[in-house]
Amino acid sequence: MNHLPALPILIPLFAASIALFFEHRRFGMVPQRIVAWTSLAAMLAVSCVLVASAASGEVSVYLLGDWPARLGIVLMVDRLSALMVLVGLLLGAGCLLHACAGWDRRAPHFHAFFQFQLMGLNGAFLTGDIFNLFVFFEVLLISSYGLMLSGGRGERMRAGLHYVAFNIAASTLFLIALGLLYGLLGSLNMAELSARVAGLSASDVALVQAAAGLLFVVFCAKAALLPMYFWLPETYTHAPAAVAGLFAIMTKVGLYAVLRLGTLTFGATGPLDGFAWPALLVLGAATLVLASLGVLAATRLRALAAYLVLGSAATLFIAFSLGTEGTVGAGLYYLVHSSFAGAALFLLADLIRRRRGRAGDRKDVIAALPDKTVPGLLFLVAAVSLAGLPPLSGFVGKLLLLEAVPAGPRTLWVWLLVLGTSFLMLVGLARAGTRLFWRVAPWPDAGQHRLEAYTPEHEMAPAPSRPRETAAIVLLLAYGVALVVAAAPVLDYARATAAQLLSPGDYVEHVRAALPILREP
Amino acid sequence: MELAMASAIGILTAAGVYLLLRARSFDVILGLTLLSYATNLLIFSGGRLVPGKPPVLRDGVPADLTHYTDPLPQALVLTAIVIAFAMTAVTVVLAIRSRGDNDSDHVDGYKAERDFLASEQRRHEEARDAARADQEEPRA
Repeated sequence: MNHLPALPILIPLFAASIALFFEHRRFGMVPQRIVAWTSLAAMLAVSCVLVASAASGEVSVYLLGDWPARLGIVLMVDRLSALMVLVGLLLGAGCLLHACAGWDRRAPHFHAFFQFQLMGLNGAFLTGDIFNLFVFFEVLLISSYGLMLSGGRGERMRAGLHYVAFNIAASTLFLIALGLLYGLLGSLNMAELSARVAGLSASDVALVQAAAGLLFVVFCAKAALLPMYFWLPETYTHAPAAVAGLFAIMTKVGLYAVLRLGTLTFGATGPLDGFAWPALLVLGAATLVLASLGVLAATRLRALAAYLVLGSAATLFIAFSLGTEGTVGAGLYYLVHSSFAGAALFLLADLIRRRRGRAGDRKDVIAALPDKTVPGLLFLVAAVSLAGLPPLSGFVGKLLLLEAVPAGPRTLWVWLLVLGTSFLMLVGLARAGTRLFWRVAPWPDAGQHRLEAYTPEHEMAPAPSRPRETAAIVLLLAYGVALVVAAAPVLDYARATAAQLLSPGDYVEHVRAALPILREP
Repeated sequence: MELAMASAIGILTAAGVYLLLRARSFDVILGLTLLSYATNLLIFSGGRLVPGKPPVLRDGVPADLTHYTDPLPQALVLTAIVIAFAMTAVTVVLAIRSRGDNDSDHVDGYKAERDFLASEQRRHEEARDAARADQEEPRA
């Protein structure tokens, strides 16, 4: 059997355990960093192989412990999961580089938590079993609590408590939905469930629909859809920069789960086909409007970045809910772009915050930014990319999405919505850039108290710039440029992924055809 | 048995949700714990409630669900219990730390707590005054 699918989960597990051995002060930071980077390089190599083998359209199924699929847990690698693993790891490389500039020294156990976080992400993308998905959600959530709270105090603790309590409540809901689904259908394998949903008796349809709805509520809470988004700006604003950057992929995990279960388990021409998408489309639209207003209203650059992450998740909900091959493909391209660009803006916001001394990243305080050319240029690139202006990746993603919207009564308002909110985000980003980099003098009447709040005796020396932090931001922005340069192959892959997702018939056969080697079936 | 199980799940969930919506971290943690108990019972009953049947295979008994109870939900409950237990410990530590750092365990912070205490104080005083006035009125 081909053991590659298990490696993206096993490598970080062992790397995290090894990193714990080198935590004593006498080792310094170097051995831990070597372990972290070795593990990341190995995972990247494995995930490149996985993408290459999945690109042919092959769905490889890995039986954990060699148990047959009806008894044990399977890992499933198709185009979508291979792509998501690769994106998560590339993003992880940027965030790890940023953390190696010094944050990993201040936060105890940083490298172990980071590896466990990657393990949870990879596992969630690779697993083909819903209960196992729950377990990997917990792995990634628990390490995200650690990453967010380690080395923190004060306000960050309160934001962390809210984040933890909210996520535990959501996990409880997840478990309730799983209990109901198992009670009704008698299986937890995603592909097997789709076969059982297709043969459901009419009296059970409503119950299964309720359980599936609960499951979607959980995923939408993770992806911060409208009624359940309140945790996101608060949490992301208070998280340390490298961690907030990595969290840009966390909302995408919820989206991934919605897309996977919505197409594979509850979408395979059964009685539940597409029952959630109309509601998700409307909620996604509402979230997008709200996120663009949040971008305009944010007083801090980090809050602005958090609302942009919210906006990108909402755009993806719209793209996936429309449910044609073109929109899902464009959505996947946009997903890759928005993960990288959003993370870059978080890292940049932290750089600006530290360089401005006491003024932090507040937009309403006028403060000097020493040596502002490099941050200014980086902000320009990130803002152009996030607002969706040509020639960067955000433009390509939004253009493809608008082009792919199926003709009909919905076309007009989807266009209006996406273009209108893009304009609002553009205004918000332009205002932030003007206030932060151009030092416009305050308005005479309203500016009085702002100047008082920032007087020279409060002056705090700006932190020195660290080359590695800048390199991390450049790396993440370079991914975006690479997405434009290699737009054709990436887009072909994304469209092929969408086609594979929307015709899920052969998943069940693949899973059933995977037979144990050593055991009697 | 079904009635007892169903009402246990319902009551635990109701109490858990009520506590979860309160403003103090201690209540919230208790609420999360009660919710996780309710969930564990729900998953357990997902394998159907059958008395007197073992979940583990024995020799000489045909291996099907008429002779055994479904062992999978019990395994799932074990996983859920472990995770819920660990998460309760994390939240308790976090709540203590947050209380220590921010001088308050109110969900909206120190100021909200002070306002809340002040408004409670006012309410008590008004109620006391009203009660006194009521007592004095008949005499006058």
